[in-house]
Amino acid sequence: MKVTVITFPGSNCDRDVQRAFLGLGASLIIGWHEDTKLEATDAVILPGGFSYGDYLRTGAMAARAHIMPEVKAFADRGGAVLGICNGFQILCEAGMLEGALLRNDSLSFICEDVKIDVEQADTKWTRGLAGKTLRLPIAHGDGNFYADEATLDRLEAEKRVVFRYEARNPNGSKRRIAGICNANRNVVGLMPHPERASDVLLGSTDGLQILGAILEGGAR
Amino acid sequence: MTKHREPLGSKELAKKFGLSQEEWESVLKRLGRNPTLTELGLFSALWSEHCSYKSSKVHLKKFPTKGQRVLQGPGENAGAIDLGGGLAAVFKIESHNHPSYIEPVQGAATGVGGILRDIFTMGARPVALMNSLRFGRPEHPKTPHLLRGVVKGIGSYGNAVGIPTIAGEVYFDPSYDGNILVNAFALGVCKPGEVVRAVAKGAGNLIVYLGATTGRDGIHGATMASASFGEDIEEKRPTVQVGDPFKEKLLLEACMEMFAEGCLVGIQDMGAAGLSSSSSEMAARGGVGLEIDTQKVPARETGMTPYEFMLSESQERMLICCRPDQLAAIERIAYKWDVDCAVIGKVTDTQRLVVKHGDALAADVPVKELTDNAPLYERPHIAPPSPAKLDLANVADLSDVQGSLLRLLGSPNLCSRRWVYRQYDQDVGTLTIRRPDAADAGVIMLGPMFPGRKDALAMTVDCNARYVKADPLEGSKAVALECYRNLAATGALGLAITDCLNFGSPEDPIVMGELALACDGLAAAARALDTPVISGNVSLYNQTGDDGIDPTPTVGMVGQIADATKTGRLAPRAADLDVWLFGTGTPSLAQSEWLFVSRGEKKGRLPPVDIAAQKAACDAVRVLWEQDTLDAAHDVAEGGLLVALAEMVLAAPVGIRIDQPLASIAKGLRRDEALFGEHGCRFVLVAPKDQRAALEKLSGALRVGTTTTARRLEWTDVCAIGQEAMAAVFDTAMERIAEGTPAKR
Repeated sequence: MKVTVITFPGSNCDRDVQRAFLGLGASLIIGWHEDTKLEATDAVILPGGFSYGDYLRTGAMAARAHIMPEVKAFADRGGAVLGICNGFQILCEAGMLEGALLRNDSLSFICEDVKIDVEQADTKWTRGLAGKTLRLPIAHGDGNFYADEATLDRLEAEKRVVFRYEARNPNGSKRRIAGICNANRNVVGLMPHPERASDVLLGSTDGLQILGAILEGGAR
Repeated sequence: MTKHREPLGSKELAKKFGLSQEEWESVLKRLGRNPTLTELGLFSALWSEHCSYKSSKVHLKKFPTKGQRVLQGPGENAGAIDLGGGLAAVFKIESHNHPSYIEPVQGAATGVGGILRDIFTMGARPVALMNSLRFGRPEHPKTPHLLRGVVKGIGSYGNAVGIPTIAGEVYFDPSYDGNILVNAFALGVCKPGEVVRAVAKGAGNLIVYLGATTGRDGIHGATMASASFGEDIEEKRPTVQVGDPFKEKLLLEACMEMFAEGCLVGIQDMGAAGLSSSSSEMAARGGVGLEIDTQKVPARETGMTPYEFMLSESQERMLICCRPDQLAAIERIAYKWDVDCAVIGKVTDTQRLVVKHGDALAADVPVKELTDNAPLYERPHIAPPSPAKLDLANVADLSDVQGSLLRLLGSPNLCSRRWVYRQYDQDVGTLTIRRPDAADAGVIMLGPMFPGRKDALAMTVDCNARYVKADPLEGSKAVALECYRNLAATGALGLAITDCLNFGSPEDPIVMGELALACDGLAAAARALDTPVISGNVSLYNQTGDDGIDPTPTVGMVGQIADATKTGRLAPRAADLDVWLFGTGTPSLAQSEWLFVSRGEKKGRLPPVDIAAQKAACDAVRVLWEQDTLDAAHDVAEGGLLVALAEMVLAAPVGIRIDQPLASIAKGLRRDEALFGEHGCRFVLVAPKDQRAALEKLSGALRVGTTTTARRLEWTDVCAIGQEAMAAVFDTAMERIAEGTPAKR
């Protein structure tokens, strides 16, 4: 199983995700924002961080990086793509997912653990996680998911709200949405960081269930 | 382009730049002529208190700086210790007090940026940040704005670069009303053989500029940071630099790649005094001269003069010395990371710093006169008077324990810091195994980054300035011991110290007396604890008008935990565990938080610190963790025993019940002393019942209670209070200060 983790200038969770996948036994491909070709891969990860300094809007510039047409083409072929935190913002800016991530309603950066419910277990990244509640850290200033009511209704009707904050809404997201998928259910974005819950010593290994879902037979 | 004509410096300008009359005369004598403007700028920046340590150096010499573990002591950008197994930890703490008071967001942000560069310029990848903050009274009109700004600045920079902030401290005290303190600590790791030095050597080698472009921001920042505040404070805003964490991240990655390729001779961050200090200090360390052409410096503004180029404190810049054959690799890596890079000069064998602007000569001075031979002052110092022994005759003992406890838990210096650290990314890097609320020190594990390693690093910053004010000698010992104790409570052995000495004006003999005694105290403790001082920073003139701050020698201490799986924590995890008291020393209300909160008083003489006894108690707690004996440990600090117990309950999924009557635990003490008294070295320990034998072996350990499923703090004849009632005041007080509506005290 080959996993490509793309590094943009300003990405700062790229190494963390790489390590988590290595721990799961995947082999890694290091992707670079200026690449114009994706090596043959089974999955693409857009990691967290502050790509291009989050200047203009979070994810806006990364969405237009050289590598992104390749990522889109890979997704169009049904390839598994996961955007974490800044990666989720990039997917929205690239039009690969609907909605946008606004400033947290507190107007402050928030770093803490949250619980999220897995509502859809038929995406590439949630296989076997039906009905589970996961404990994952969040760390973002712009995690407030927004879409107009019609879009939100459609996302719900199409069962594309994949993750929902369990009870407490940390950032003002519409309908407590923590993560969604595309219509083909192969592209998933979420604000919490699964790679930060990948070791007993970190206090939770729940994140491995998401990252491992893509691996052969899943990882429990 | 018109040819540059270098203007001359003058006595009046020298004064404006912060040089004394004697210093101006000394410059004339050393050069044998009138300095140019650029030369005067170089002297005033390099001879500033901030760069030269001219008032503090004689006292800093008292510190033990060597030890088996020490790879690099003071004198470089940061110190380094050997962690064993082919790994080194590089760390330092630095102040950014003056800029943060003038412009809190940018001041604090660039403080973080500067300390990070100090670490990665040594070849180490930064993996953890801490900070130590001091604000004025919560009721002071500036406090909410400063608190919000500083926290935002620290977060915005550290979060974006991607370095977790894992511990810290925040204090409020009237002595900081006009001068806040922002001390930032960073730690990085590298292989011992990979430590890079800030040196220029080899005549003919190149001097390369790397990083953000240079503008007119921060000119004379070092001079500003070396003066008291007067009424012109608003005018000083332009001396504060503006940070760009994105540029820093690119610079970090570019530097790490250059270190990995080994394509440079030496490198130094352009921090305080920018190009002036980096060029002259690198030359001084290598015993060489440098020739620089400021016209080649990448600029963000037009028409800048050599004086402005040399004195600018634009952020995110590095100065590199490399061999000509290494240049291509540097340029390739800089291009990859989109970082500006330019050859701006070369190494010479003249031992002079020559600054040209194209063909025009702007400065030509002996490097040594700027650095090694900078003025050194043995300023007059007198020991401050010692406060009277605390007399409680007129102080009524506690009548309402529960109400008093709540008052303390909601007080500015004891309430939850969650509002602060929640704005910091504590987890990026996926190494953090103890966040700010989880233990008495922050802890990162090393295994994920260096496969096969089992160990973890614990770190803490502490300073009770009220103690130091009352007794600089004993108070400073207490500061170092507090660090050592916090580390022990996580199971770590303290290894080394970095210090940030924040004081008022050195021209005040009492302030100098405080500084001298504080150095004596820190030196004595560092020696006895075998924790040498490997790096640090001095910040003087923390003074507005005649009002100086309480002396604040902040200590950062780093310790090691051999087995990360045995890392200590603050909160018990289960019910039916034994609760023990252990330690040494008698509680006293002298200079205590309770006296300050209940009566607004800073009173009493500090008890002397028995370093040997305290060290023994700490080491015993560490061994208990190493032997897997404990479930939780927390040191008794400000607020005393009852606050320590409350903090454990507040952080735990369980409660605590103390079964022993108060009088049997604290014989001969008043209730307020027993419950809220501070000092000594005391711990609350929680251990499973089957570990009783191990704890009973400890002299002075006393089993006093048990953990309970009910989330309450109960004590037979003292209190019975639910976790929720405590949380209601504990969790909300900081946010109220930030909003400008502090709770009434």
